[in-house]
Amino acid sequence: MRWEGRDGAVTDLGNATRHFTLIRSKDAGPFMLTLDLFFVDAPTREAFVSAGVFTADRIGELYGVDPAQVQIFELADIDALKISFPRPVPSGEFGDTDITGGQQYAVLVDMIAGLEIDGRSIRDPGRG
Amino acid sequence: MSLPYLALNGSLGTGFREESLEAGLRREVAFIGVDSGSTDGGPYYLGSGAWIWSTEAYERDLRLGLLGAHRLGVPLIVGSCGGGGGDAAVEGYLAMVDRLARLAGIRVRVACVACEPSRDLLVRKYRSGQLRALPGAPAIDEHTLRQPGHIVAMAGAEPIQDAVASGADVVLLGRCADAAIFAAIPLARGFDPGPVWNAAKIVECGSAAATNRKGQDSILCTIEDDGFVLEPLDPDLRCTPGSVAAHTLYETADPYRLVMPSGTLDARTATYEALDERRVKVRGGTFAPADVYTAKLEGAAPVGYLSSFWGSIRDPVILAQLPSWCESLQTAIGNRLATTWGDTYKLDLKVYGANGTTGEKTDAVPREAVVVFDLVGDTQEAASGMARAAYHVALHWPVKEWKAGSITTFAHPYSAPVVDRGQVFRFTLNHQLVIDEGERGSVFRITTHEVGGA
Repeated sequence: MRWEGRDGAVTDLGNATRHFTLIRSKDAGPFMLTLDLFFVDAPTREAFVSAGVFTADRIGELYGVDPAQVQIFELADIDALKISFPRPVPSGEFGDTDITGGQQYAVLVDMIAGLEIDGRSIRDPGRG
Repeated sequence: MSLPYLALNGSLGTGFREESLEAGLRREVAFIGVDSGSTDGGPYYLGSGAWIWSTEAYERDLRLGLLGAHRLGVPLIVGSCGGGGGDAAVEGYLAMVDRLARLAGIRVRVACVACEPSRDLLVRKYRSGQLRALPGAPAIDEHTLRQPGHIVAMAGAEPIQDAVASGADVVLLGRCADAAIFAAIPLARGFDPGPVWNAAKIVECGSAAATNRKGQDSILCTIEDDGFVLEPLDPDLRCTPGSVAAHTLYETADPYRLVMPSGTLDARTATYEALDERRVKVRGGTFAPADVYTAKLEGAAPVGYLSSFWGSIRDPVILAQLPSWCESLQTAIGNRLATTWGDTYKLDLKVYGANGTTGEKTDAVPREAVVVFDLVGDTQEAASGMARAAYHVALHWPVKEWKAGSITTFAHPYSAPVVDRGQVFRFTLNHQLVIDEGERGSVFRITTHEVGGA
């Protein structure tokens, strides 16, 4: 699926579904959120990581958290990336909209859909 | 030397194949373990003491586990009774075991481990600087430790070992580290704590580390001198190096480190080898003993009573101005509530279908959106009254374009629209309690009981 976004940005969900076998989010205790990304293979993982798509700064910006609090783990043997940080709203606090944190990965899917990918060259036009 | 054991499933009461349990029993397992707790559903279960699943669902799984363990003469270990792991749930599970044992005509020795430390003990610990904040922890003071609701300490392997050593057939624990259920006996038998804790961390979710899953099911783990072997008990399921390694990421902030009361597992050195199509051998993993013994604390305290209603908006004229409509409506509801309930209310609007799920800023206009209105008051009666008043304001909140008369702004499926949701809670603690020498027995209190019949 490919369409013109509201401000002219081209987004491509295939960026996510072609290059990842799973993107998910979950609470890790009431006060932490964790994101898991499973790449289709090692070259894809290396391409995304070396393009600097998943930096603490970018994640902090996307989720409204202090980059210093963002932990990123690269699991080369299973071509996965884990990103963890304190939840801006703890689980079940008045105003929380996602108790298990189960849909918070959607922000990452949007970001990945907006990447400009040409072969192994990956550019993030949203990076400030 | 090898030690096989069985994990019934990832959460007592969510079911497993009876055939899988039977297959495990034929392998002469040394014990059966199952976790019953979770904070995934939010603070309600710990705060209220309510159980996550139904009594019928718990009893089905517990009966099969109890009879299986009885047949082999091995312990059954159940962690985090009820979900939150409060003392009352441990007593409730004891009554459930008694009922099931009577029906089966067997006598059972049960050790109960209560995990709610006294508030005086917690305040004393706070004053002596022995409550340590964990990442993301809220600020606390002595009042936090005196609030109603519940505070539990998470048991490690040691109270389970004490309970098993007392000759218990069944060990029922309040809040308990999931992995401790499966590490206690292998550690007591002298196996290397690195692989023991790594195995325990993986099997606490039952068959979740396998592929081709059809639902919740049991898994067999065999601890060996140089690692452990994982094997699903449903012949259709497979554990592969990939499925096992991937599962180590699940719902944990750190994929390698697991902090337990007695030390920390580091799984970075773990290797995964396929023994055949269905079994994986895991080696490596190291366990560094802690300098001081600690237990993680969880707390949940009441914040009031909740009443909610929700409305689905389809009119594109309203949707085109949804953020400003919601903002002016929120102010109008606040003004309306203040006339009758003063400042005792809490009001929150969530706009699912627009940006409610993530709270992102967006200019996109949805085709349809559901506004959830949440009202919290000091009593259920007050919250319900507030919600009914808010409903009336919201249902006819105008937009300037439709000017010739009153409009009705949203659809709702229920008569009456307001749902009274009972007491609501918040998590109050994410701290480590330092437990001094000789103090463990006052934090984790063990009692033994003879139950059942015949």
